[in-house]
Amino acid sequence: MTIIHHTDAPAEATGEAPTTLTLAGALGRAIGDALAEDPSVVVFGEDVGPLGGVFRVTDGLNARFGDERVWDSPLAEAGIVGTAIGMAMNGMRPVVELQFDAFSYPAFEQITSHLAKMRNRTRGAVQLPIVIRIPYAGGIGGVEHHSDSSEAYWTHTPGLTVVTPSNPIDAYWMLRQAIASDDPVIFLEPKSRYWTKDAVPLDHAPAPLDRARVIRTGTDVTLMAYGPTVKTALDAAALAELEDLSIEVIDLRTLSPFDDATVNASVRKTSRAAIIHEAAQFGGYGAEVAARVTERNFFHLAAPLLRIAGFDVPYPSPKLEEFYLPTAERVLNALDTWEW
Amino acid sequence: MSDHDVARPGAEPIRLIDERGDAAPLQRAPGFAMPDAGILLDLYRRMVLARRFDVQVSALTRQGRLATYPSALGQEACEIAAAAALADGDWLFPTYRDSIALLARGVRPVEILSFFRGDWHSGFDPASYCIAPQTTPLATQALHAVGFAMAAKLRGETTATLTFLGDGATSEGDAHEAFNFAGVWQTPTVFVVQNNGYAISVPFARQSRARTLADKAIGYGMPGHFVDGNDVAAMYAVIADALERARAGGGPTMIEGLTYRMEAHTNSDDPSRYRADEEVERWRAADPIARLEAYLVTDGILTPELQGEIGHEAERLAASTRDAMNEAPHLDPLELFDHVYATPRAALAEQRGFLADELAASHAPQASTAGASTADEGRTA
Repeated sequence: MTIIHHTDAPAEATGEAPTTLTLAGALGRAIGDALAEDPSVVVFGEDVGPLGGVFRVTDGLNARFGDERVWDSPLAEAGIVGTAIGMAMNGMRPVVELQFDAFSYPAFEQITSHLAKMRNRTRGAVQLPIVIRIPYAGGIGGVEHHSDSSEAYWTHTPGLTVVTPSNPIDAYWMLRQAIASDDPVIFLEPKSRYWTKDAVPLDHAPAPLDRARVIRTGTDVTLMAYGPTVKTALDAAALAELEDLSIEVIDLRTLSPFDDATVNASVRKTSRAAIIHEAAQFGGYGAEVAARVTERNFFHLAAPLLRIAGFDVPYPSPKLEEFYLPTAERVLNALDTWEW
Repeated sequence: MSDHDVARPGAEPIRLIDERGDAAPLQRAPGFAMPDAGILLDLYRRMVLARRFDVQVSALTRQGRLATYPSALGQEACEIAAAAALADGDWLFPTYRDSIALLARGVRPVEILSFFRGDWHSGFDPASYCIAPQTTPLATQALHAVGFAMAAKLRGETTATLTFLGDGATSEGDAHEAFNFAGVWQTPTVFVVQNNGYAISVPFARQSRARTLADKAIGYGMPGHFVDGNDVAAMYAVIADALERARAGGGPTMIEGLTYRMEAHTNSDDPSRYRADEEVERWRAADPIARLEAYLVTDGILTPELQGEIGHEAERLAASTRDAMNEAPHLDPLELFDHVYATPRAALAEQRGFLADELAASHAPQASTAGASTADEGRTA
């Protein structure tokens, strides 16, 4: 299989021009390249075959690789994850899709009780190189159970790696690395960003799968975001600039493991930090980030770490989600609550 | 057998040897032949060893040497028939109650009991024995068996998988998903449902309204067989046939063995609260070992000398099991952090360092002398 070198530095360029892809297209390209390079990679799940997935991420892969590499499974999430575990125990590298965030819950037991623990319980004798792709979060007018953010469940589970890209370049390279990883990876795909386009350089090695990235530098505030809220954070930073407030934006990218080094360096520079996510606030991922960053940087902080998150209510109906989702304005209003 | 020509299991269990040890009328076992004498003798020997092991481990548990042990006493026919029918390269996906099947496949007692003693969640290397770790959640391992078989099928290998489920486990969603995936994908998987009458305290009548659990096979498009689960000859014949069919590309089979759990669910259970002594006694008369013994003695296959040899072998196994539990367990607190991820994590390295410091402090010379000797005495007493 292909080894992707873990380095931040671009590898030798081959001179190949970057390909413009949507985030969804970049994911499909990543899966296709992995399928082509490694015969042990297989793709299955509901609708991933001839239809190409409900978001067309696996478009064309069934036609290109055939029914023995890319196929539609029965509609059963525990079944998809459970059989993927058996396949991985027998030498395969399954990349499976759970279609929508809240539809991953029937597979909760297989993921938390088996996928996450198999290496540990067998003293490393059995490893499960499985990628579970979960389109997640809201903002697309989806009906109930189609817009949840389930990251806190997965990041709370030792044994899992949990990542989420926010742009096509990361989508391609993070998925390539997730498939290459010998650990199980929960790959959360921000639905509202599927159609974001960018030029994806396919000829240089990526950053490792445990690094956050500073995507906008600033001096006054560190604003952490991931997946769908990265754009919100960038919008907030642009608005803040008009008020002479300089916001540094970090795309966390890998939720577990957490990149303490990148975050700590930024927080110590700015002395103020906030995290933005769509999931409900109570017991959410932001609570872990707030506690963690505070524990490590308390004497460098000028103000308490803020969370700008979804309300503590079930994800609302499509016509109400605009009132629920964190916005750039809500971020700036939150920052205004600090004593400056 | 075509995809849509799935035989309905009989209402009466398939049987080759009846409760008195006589050959059962053949109409009770259409298409299944009595295994030859060599196989029957091997099954007998393995069942005797398994029971001695089970009795020994239950005794160790009562002495507090093990945290828990789910006995399979009375279920030897299902467990041993399955273990014996598997080819070397086939994989077994067992539950917590299937320790004697592990024993029959060659797993060392100390490796089996590591789980129940509380040393580690699985005490053996799965690849060495072609056995997945024993599972505690119900029916989840059945999906692993289907996936494993699917990978073998995709690669054109002839490996089959066999997974055990209990009657209670068939109520779980994962059991349904496993049966359905196996049927749709036509994987080489054999499901052996050991209907032992109770899911902890809940009797079969409150578990399912199905006439037999084997009837469920029809709905998944696979053959189902309802078998006398205390008749090891019948269990072996039916399982061996299903495994052969699986390896030849014939797809999955569901087999229900109607048996009985003679002991409690585990040592923390009180079966007198939910079942009558008379019921237990009735099942004692259907004992799988006594039945085969009677058959083999009548046919002159099992001689007194051979019986004596097997008895000695069983006592040696019991003694070695006791000895194994006297061995100090492999316990390394720092190993907590060693097998969580293939890719090292800084946060875990940090926590490992924290525990290492704590351990170093607690093993300071002034604290260790008296405390350590007391602990050692406690362990060997």
